[in-house]
Amino acid sequence: MHNSFLFIYFEKQSTFMKQEDLVKEIASIRNLMEKSSKFISISGISSVLIGTYALLGAAYAYYEIYGFDSQMGYRDHYVNEPVIIVKLLVTAMLVLFASIFTGVYMAIKKAKSNRQSIWNTTSRSLLYAMAVPLCTGGLFALISISKENYTAVASILLIFYGLALTAGSNYTFNEIKGLGILEIVLGLLALLFPGNGIIFWALGFGVLHIIYGIIVHKKYE
Amino acid sequence: MNFDLTQYNKIFENKVRLQIMSVLMANDEYDFNSLKSILDVTDGNLASNLKTLEKENYIEVFKTFVDRKPNTRYRRTIEGEKAFEEHLKALEKLIKQQYK
Repeated sequence: MHNSFLFIYFEKQSTFMKQEDLVKEIASIRNLMEKSSKFISISGISSVLIGTYALLGAAYAYYEIYGFDSQMGYRDHYVNEPVIIVKLLVTAMLVLFASIFTGVYMAIKKAKSNRQSIWNTTSRSLLYAMAVPLCTGGLFALISISKENYTAVASILLIFYGLALTAGSNYTFNEIKGLGILEIVLGLLALLFPGNGIIFWALGFGVLHIIYGIIVHKKYE
Repeated sequence: MNFDLTQYNKIFENKVRLQIMSVLMANDEYDFNSLKSILDVTDGNLASNLKTLEKENYIEVFKTFVDRKPNTRYRRTIEGEKAFEEHLKALEKLIKQQYK
């Protein structure tokens, strides 16, 4: 009697263990499928920094165009003056390179601590997915500038950057898709309200990056 | 207890093989080195389990050279896909039976 009770007890115990193992096994499969197909080493803090660079760049550009103590609507300069164009281009390039450097450097650091390699199948897919819209947008903007067509430059950059993010979002955090769509919306708004490009540009590349960086940091880091 | 084990696949009893197949289900293609780093296994262990899967015709192997270094990539076959899905169904059934 006592023996059979013990037997039932152990029988129960062992099936319980097995059950737990099976659930664990399925969870590990899921986890691996996710981890192998998503590049999760993007750093939220780098996104906050990149947003800050963009805001600094935008503030400098604003100062160059409107002057320091401008009245509402009064401009010291217009964007079609050659000196201003060169200054703005150099600022944009500086912001771009500082952003790329910060993003890549912090991703490498995070990949190391995740024990993920930085150059793997997933990061390659992410890069290829983003490269097509990014290069198209960059060339589109440069050609527009060379044709002295400045009104749509901020829109073009925002829209193509948004397209690049939505294209890349399959290979990284899901939140990136939302960020991409918001960038596209801002780009379209910039087109709708010409002359305010710099404000939408600062919202899209500055404020949104900072907000999303904080979200990713809170959720995943 | 009578478990229905007809769908339970012996090939996937090995954890590394199950993991390899999981990665190849989520990705169309994966190379040897990326597999090695994500599964955190030795070269020999990975290679022998890949060989088993290849023999079963569950995966396909593509060999190319990048800068004169061999670059081996793997893809799941339709057969492998079916086998993996059936194995998952079997696991699911096992769990349901144990809940009863």
